[in-house]
Amino acid sequence: MLKLEARPQASRLWSYGSPLLALAITVLIGVALFAALGKDPVRGLQVFFWEPVKSPYALGELALKATPLLLVALGLAVCFRSNIWNIGAEGQFVIGAVAAGGIALLADKTTGPWIVPAILVAGVLGGMAWAGITALLRDRFNANEILVSLMLVYVATLLLGYLVYGPWKDPMGYNFPQTRMFERVTQMPKLFAGSRVTIGLPLALAGSALLWVFLFRTRAGFALQVGGLAPAAARYAGFSSRRALWAALLISGATAGLAGALEVAGPIGQLTPYVPAGYGFAAIIVAFVGRLHPVGMVFSALLMSMFYIGGELAQSRLGLPKSLTGVFQGLLLFTLLACDTLIAYRVRWVGARGGLR
Amino acid sequence: MNPTPHSAPAAPAAGEPPRLQLTGITKRYPAVVANDGVSLTVRPGEVHAVLGENGAGKSTLMKIIYGAVKPDAGQVLFDGRPVQVRNPQEARQLGIAMVFQHFSLFDTLTVAENVWLGQDKSVPLAEVERRIRATASEYGLDIDPLRPVHTLSVGEMQRVEIIRALLTAPRLLILDEPTSVLTPQAVDKLFVVLRKLAGEGCSILYISHKLHEIRALCTACTVMRGGKVTGVCDPSQESNASLSRMMIGAEPPQLAHRAQAPGEVVLRTRALSLPVADPFGVALIDVELAVRAGEVVGIAGVSGNGQKELLQALSGEDRRAEAAMVQLSGRNAGRLGPRRRRALGLHFVPEERLGRGAVPTMGLAHNLLLTRGDAVGAGGWLRMGRLREQARGIIERFQVKAGGPDAAAQSLSGGNLQKFIVGREIDAGPKLLIVAQPTWGVDVGAAAQIRGEILRLRDQGCAVLVLSEELDELFEICDRLHVLAKGRLSPSVPRAEATVARIGEWMSGLWHAEVQAHLGAGEVGHAQA
Repeated sequence: MLKLEARPQASRLWSYGSPLLALAITVLIGVALFAALGKDPVRGLQVFFWEPVKSPYALGELALKATPLLLVALGLAVCFRSNIWNIGAEGQFVIGAVAAGGIALLADKTTGPWIVPAILVAGVLGGMAWAGITALLRDRFNANEILVSLMLVYVATLLLGYLVYGPWKDPMGYNFPQTRMFERVTQMPKLFAGSRVTIGLPLALAGSALLWVFLFRTRAGFALQVGGLAPAAARYAGFSSRRALWAALLISGATAGLAGALEVAGPIGQLTPYVPAGYGFAAIIVAFVGRLHPVGMVFSALLMSMFYIGGELAQSRLGLPKSLTGVFQGLLLFTLLACDTLIAYRVRWVGARGGLR
Repeated sequence: MNPTPHSAPAAPAAGEPPRLQLTGITKRYPAVVANDGVSLTVRPGEVHAVLGENGAGKSTLMKIIYGAVKPDAGQVLFDGRPVQVRNPQEARQLGIAMVFQHFSLFDTLTVAENVWLGQDKSVPLAEVERRIRATASEYGLDIDPLRPVHTLSVGEMQRVEIIRALLTAPRLLILDEPTSVLTPQAVDKLFVVLRKLAGEGCSILYISHKLHEIRALCTACTVMRGGKVTGVCDPSQESNASLSRMMIGAEPPQLAHRAQAPGEVVLRTRALSLPVADPFGVALIDVELAVRAGEVVGIAGVSGNGQKELLQALSGEDRRAEAAMVQLSGRNAGRLGPRRRRALGLHFVPEERLGRGAVPTMGLAHNLLLTRGDAVGAGGWLRMGRLREQARGIIERFQVKAGGPDAAAQSLSGGNLQKFIVGREIDAGPKLLIVAQPTWGVDVGAAAQIRGEILRLRDQGCAVLVLSEELDELFEICDRLHVLAKGRLSPSVPRAEATVARIGEWMSGLWHAEVQAHLGAGEVGHAQA
């Protein structure tokens, strides 16, 4: 008989091992899934785990999709570590994109390269403003931030819809719901020729380093985490819970808004109703699979990006529905939650005659 | 209270089997063997003490008897028959009742409704009320079954729990640290009830670490240390010292209390009044308190009489007081937050160690940052090397048993974590140290060490305020004593003039008449109890 036994102290080994075990189980279930769908499992795994890394171009695409995921997850990690449940990063991403798009639309043939930082700042401010609404409602009226932030996602999407169907619609666009293409000068500078990777990637990696410093080497970061782990201890120490609330939500709004700006002024190049690609929600999984750790989230963002690309490839190469991406993401999160049991418990084999009955 | 001669227990009839007999009970947990071959024999009508420090395995043993924990090995005989108690329901069917240290009552229901919850639902509520009244009058447990539980005092709530246990007509009643929430007078009343119950043939298992109570009440005693039985004795034949030797393997060291003239007032509250913040809180009413440099002032009283509220108002966690109501070294501090007050020299050791005094999952070094900024550089930068160094220093100086500066706070035993937290605050060199329940749940050795450190701090000229439920402790370390009852603070009485009986009376809020009488006679401060 298998028995779970509480560990005296949380296992360090398994806090790193659990995501790997979860990935392995996800792959096994994936193999079974491919087999059940009548596809060659080896070919399926190849599409998900080999194709996205087999060439420099493929690697670039992987990094391109991982960038917004990582940026959003970095901000979410600050929230989750302070026990503030911002589920609305998607909305903050959209408003960041809208604000950045608004600035990008101002550019014309004569605009100088200063427009690029202006676009990024607009995105950051847009995301912060949207997250600020959640912070304000929680602070003033003690409204539940989970519900408020989630509902604001739909408001943000509708706002984007209003703009691209209405005032910002491209007059030369054959009535498609989209803005005109942004000027060339607004394009995020590319890192390499022949790849779509932009300065967003180094920005995200720098963000990861900054977050590490903030969380583990500054008192402000420490205070924020104490508020999440033990609110009574934060009160005892004199760390302000209101400041923590505002700081966490504004930081995560800023990173989500920045990711939105990088997307519209990068690979997309205009505002369309399809700007919300679910990065804001997928980043929740990225944050948890990465253990809310700045370095861990780099890896989990790459993994999640692999699932995105794999899902698209599975559609074109194997004729499987694209929703397979969502299935894999969900599987990974569920198996991770299950494997996390091993951090606090150990499994013991108890013989039938072991105890007194 | 004074040990009163106890009534002889009902002599067990010859040949009658023991009510409860445990042999070779063993229970292992991952890190510790909680019970190691424990044997225990309780005769019918016996008040049997189980004595031991925190972590000695008393609670595990009781949970095994009550069916809440399954032993790994060993045998349980009840009335001479082997039994396997698989859950508390089966225990109750056997006639085993237990009164836990923490009550399980619904505040919004009446006494009768609470009792009814655990009973056979076919019995109407009116019948339950009648039975409560009958049992209450039979045992002198004065209680009105129609009162809502939230209007009861802690002692009254305990009576409800005992009546609830008695209504099941138990053959074995287990009481877990029943006196920790009672005034000395209420303890005497409880003992009368327990003796009567034992006289009727009910066996009582009495778990405690208070030696004088066990010697006053119990007719047999099993002493545990480190999961093993270290002695079985008749406590009335033992001294505190001999019981203590069995319990901790040594006698607790004596503390030296040097007389010294106190200095300037460091903490003063002026007519500190605060309305209730939550529905089950207590309002503070006109609290007048002064603590001088170089003295230890104690505040006695049963928890739930405004202790929590007073501490939060002093520490700055509650900032609703007017600025002048709390004064630190002459500065109005009522509106200042905890960090500003700390900068003025106020350091505070809260009652809850895990979750308030320390973050459970964080390492000891990081936990220093809650109240100490020594390792924080410009711009809030943390110097980890210095932080660990500081933690190592405190661990060494206060003899904290821990796996190094990065050991999680929750991995320490209660006593060691308390030593670390007290050490963290003492090491800061405070002008005023406020300590709540300094040795609550701490083993005897660590408790003596903590009290010694508090006295040393006093001798160095620090003002110390101690809130405790343990009268013995307050008498041991304090220069002056107050009592906090129902949100009001009594006048202070020098330790030499305080008696347990008098402080006990004051715990019920009965000091006004006495103070008035003394004021009239012009000789404030003489005990009349």
